[in-house]
Order: sequence, then C-alpha cells, then structure tokens
Amino acid sequence: MPLKILVTAKRVEDPESKIKVKPDGSGIVTDGVNYKMNPFDEIAVEEALRLRERHGGEVVVASIGGDRSTTEIRAALAMGADRGILVKHEGALDPVVVSALLAKVFEQEKPDLVVLGKQSIDDDQNQAGQYLAEKLGLAQATFASKTESLESESEQKKDPGLVLGGDGKSLKVVREVDGGVETLEVALPAVVTTDLRLNKPRFASLPGIMKAKKKEVKELAAASLGVDLAPKVVVKKLQEPPARKGGVKVADVEELWKKLHEEAKVL
Amino acid sequence: MSHVLIVAEHFKGAVRKATLHAIGAGRELAKRTGGKLHLAVLGKGVGPIAEELSAWGADVHVADAPALEFPLAEAHAPVLAEIAKKAGAAFVGAAATAIGKDVLPRAAARMGAGMSTETLGFGGEGANVTFRRPMWAGNVLAEVEIATPVKFFTVRATEFAAAAKEGKGNVVPFEAKVDAAALRTKHVSFEEVKSERPELTEARFVVAGGRGTKGDFKPVEALADELGAAVGATRAAVDAGWVPNDLQVGQTGKVVAPELYVAAGISGAIQHLAGMKGSKVIVAVNKDPEAPIFQIADYGLVGDLLKVLPELGAKVKAGK
Repeated sequence: MPLKILVTAKRVEDPESKIKVKPDGSGIVTDGVNYKMNPFDEIAVEEALRLRERHGGEVVVASIGGDRSTTEIRAALAMGADRGILVKHEGALDPVVVSALLAKVFEQEKPDLVVLGKQSIDDDQNQAGQYLAEKLGLAQATFASKTESLESESEQKKDPGLVLGGDGKSLKVVREVDGGVETLEVALPAVVTTDLRLNKPRFASLPGIMKAKKKEVKELAAASLGVDLAPKVVVKKLQEPPARKGGVKVADVEELWKKLHEEAKVL
Repeated sequence: MSHVLIVAEHFKGAVRKATLHAIGAGRELAKRTGGKLHLAVLGKGVGPIAEELSAWGADVHVADAPALEFPLAEAHAPVLAEIAKKAGAAFVGAAATAIGKDVLPRAAARMGAGMSTETLGFGGEGANVTFRRPMWAGNVLAEVEIATPVKFFTVRATEFAAAAKEGKGNVVPFEAKVDAAALRTKHVSFEEVKSERPELTEARFVVAGGRGTKGDFKPVEALADELGAAVGATRAAVDAGWVPNDLQVGQTGKVVAPELYVAAGISGAIQHLAGMKGSKVIVAVNKDPEAPIFQIADYGLVGDLLKVLPELGAKVKAGK
C-alpha cells in the first residue's frame, strides 16, 4: 500500500552555532551563524524515507520561508525525498501561521500522512503539528519514538519506527511520554511529530546531492493561500539569560566537597 | 477580569507533582489579571482526584467519561475548550509535560488561541500580561505577547513553586460529549518504564558523562546512585552508543535544571551547555584544564574522573 507522505524541513540556526541577542533585543545576531535543517525535521524526513522504502509511495518536503529555505528543501531531496514545495514567506512565523499554511499545502497535496519535527530548535514552541491536526480534524501522535535502541539491529536495517497497519489505513506509533512508553493507533491520514529517539537520520550521498539538483521544487506564495499571515504569538523582546560567572577551580575532592557542603550548601 | 484555567494532570490515581507547580503559576497569573483561578480534570473515574484538587481553593471542573480514560489529544482537546468557555477563562494553562504539550496546543487551535510553551514567568497586568519563555534551548529568553482573546500556555514546573492547599473550591461536573467510536486515535498500550533513578528532567541532582568516560559509565552511575541522582550524557556519548538516547542532555536532547549538575569528562560543547546551563550549581571534572566547561562551572576540578568520582561518592556516603 503506497503512502504519500508530507514532511517539513524548517531552516534554523545550526545547534552548534553560538546564539547572541542584538543589543536592542529585537532579534538575534545572524552574522557568522550557520543554518541547517531543523534536527527534528531531519528525523521526520528519515522516517518518511524508510516508510517509502518499505511500502512505496512518495515523500514531499515542504518548507516555509524565504528563497534561502530552498537549501533545506534540497537537503531533504538529497537524503532522498521526491519533490519539494517552498511556501514563500519572508515575515515572522508562529505556530498559528505555520499550521494554517501547512493546512493549505495538505489540501493541495492530500497526503496519507504528515510527519513533522516535534519542535523547531529556534522558537522551541512544540505546537505546529498539534495545531495542524486540529485544523484538519485528523488524529495526532506527537513525540514518536522507538522502543529499540538506536544501536539495535532493527535500526541498522533502517526499519521504520512507525508501523503501517495490514489494511494500509492505520499507523501504530510508539510515543515517549512521562513515566513510560505509549502506543497509539491512528487512522490515516494522520499527523505525527518526531522525537529524538525515532531514528538516526542518514547523510546525503554525493549521487543523492547531484540528483536533488534536478528534483522539482514548486513555489507557492504564502500571500496567495488565503491565510492570515499576522503572527498571534508576538515576540516583543529578546535577552540573553544572565551569564554564569566562571567559578573557581578546586584542588582536590576534599575542597570540592567542602565547597558543595558549606558554601553552595547543595550537599 | 480574566479568569485562569489550569488543567490538572494525574497518573495512577494521583495528581502529578508538576500540576501543583502549574497551580502555583495559575495563582500568580490570576493575581495579575484580577480574575479567578479555575481547575479542570479530565479522565475516567476522576471524581476522587477532583475532590482532592478542590483543597487548592479553586472550582474544579471535572469531565468524567470512559472516552477520556487516556489523555488522547483528539478526545481531550475539545472537552477542554468547552470547559474553558464555560469557566469564562481567558488564560488556559498546564505543566509542560508530555501530556500538556500534546493536548494544550490542540485545544488552543480549537479556540483560535495563540500559545506560549515552557513559560518561565509572567510580566504585565490585566489583559496585557506577557509570557517569558526560552528560545534556542534557553540560550535566549523572549518576552512574548499573545494577540488572541484566549491565551494558552504551559509552564516549566521548576520555575514556579508548588502551590500549597488553601481554601475549598467547588467540584463542578462537566458533561463531556465524546463519541468514542468517532475518534481517529486509539490507545493501544502503556508500558511504564520503571527506573531506580529519578527522571532526568525532574531530578534534584544529575551526574552526566561525556567523551571523557571513554565509554565506561560505571563511575558516573555509582556517584549518581550515591546521590540519588539521575544520569545524563552528552550527544557524543549517546552517538557512540555508550548510553541510551534518552539520557542525552542538550539542545536536541533534554533540558535540565537540577540543584546540582556534575559534568564528568564533558568538554562543554554549546549544544550540551544549552541543556544544562540553568542548573543551580555546576561541578566540572575534566582532565583538560582548558575545557570550555570550566568557564561556566561553579566548581572545577582538573583530574581523572575515574579517581575523582569514586572519591566524591565516598565523601557523600560519609556525609550522610
């Protein structure tokens, strides 16, 4: 039963980059910052590719942003996704706007499944998938995970963590929740968001990168989709958390214990 | 006058600790807005939990129905939205737990509301209340305004004191209309993960290991057990397959803020620091005196963790 899967690839600051706030608090300093696909979205792309490899079908990757977001779409195409959609929008985004735009893409594409990262590592809101599921009236399974370790044989074989039902109409999703692991069965189409432990994303191969250059990337103007593009969650001001002042070096465990016991009083 | 509704979470018949912190946040918010605090509890057979919650002095809206037995967002979100309407709530919040983060955004979407995740504090008063929340894994703090009539939020439990019992509220039954057969989501199973150690994000103490352990986490685990601490790890240690993925502390792993964080054999990559910088006291043990972790550690000890951790463990034991 082939599956048509829609995945997202948001352009975010590389988690290895140092994030600094502009002196006036209006934003972050972008000079010298590298950009890449949101790590949770990479996991989503990987999972979609595994499902396609298992069941056949198509993986469509969408990103919302300026022209530069094409880089992240190409990165997903280089991993193996089939085609891309850039929803062109230069302004600020919040989960309300993102989910409204993705809902429009969903209506155009009519996929069997949407897989998104559980959050993007810039605004860390962890909302877009849930908003999207509600807007579309679909089942949602957030924080998809895998019981097997990422060192297991099953992971080496690149088994998908999401298990398609025999009739091809439902999906079993294992979720990491507080205090345990929950398994849900969602009717397709459904919205799934990915947690860290779902898979280890593949690296793009050189042939993959070459092929990606020829794959189709369609552009949609956000303004043409009939969506209110004004963010509802408005960031007024940014600041850096109070810097930790470098502490002291202690000579030995004896002194460390004393400091923890008598000065910090934490032990 | 804007009322505040806090959604309670329960596990195995008891109110979750994180909920008490969310009630604390709700009380503070209600003071700022001049409104009343309301509580909501959804589930199956949750009458006793509602009774228990009424001791926090707010009216408790209780939706008790078989279809609400599991916290499926698809089932809970519409009921929650109805309760929020009935209570006249302009602010709807919960603890930033797996359930809170799953259910609340869906209920927010249903009410056309914007939302602040992992709220650390509030600012302003009345209708102009703002939310302080972390972005870029806590490397940046944002002051956020929500421009919708109803505003949703989750709170990071460690940032608000647990609310003490105070007064007596009414238990208000809410008749939930959920058609279980129409749900597109089914609960299949729940497997409790039992660990002798506390949960990483809730632990008072965390002992974490990195590349410097060279794959041997025994000294880290031994000290953790002496302290009653959770075990954490860096991405490098997880990627090397030395420890399971769910121990990863960092921007793409778990964000922790314990009272004491012992970083053993951890150099201090930005990615990792983002996940533990909020700890109250940081101890770094590393052979390399130039390791960046020493720049943020309160107490640094240049040395071999194989020697230092057992010694520290012995001190802890002797000090008990």
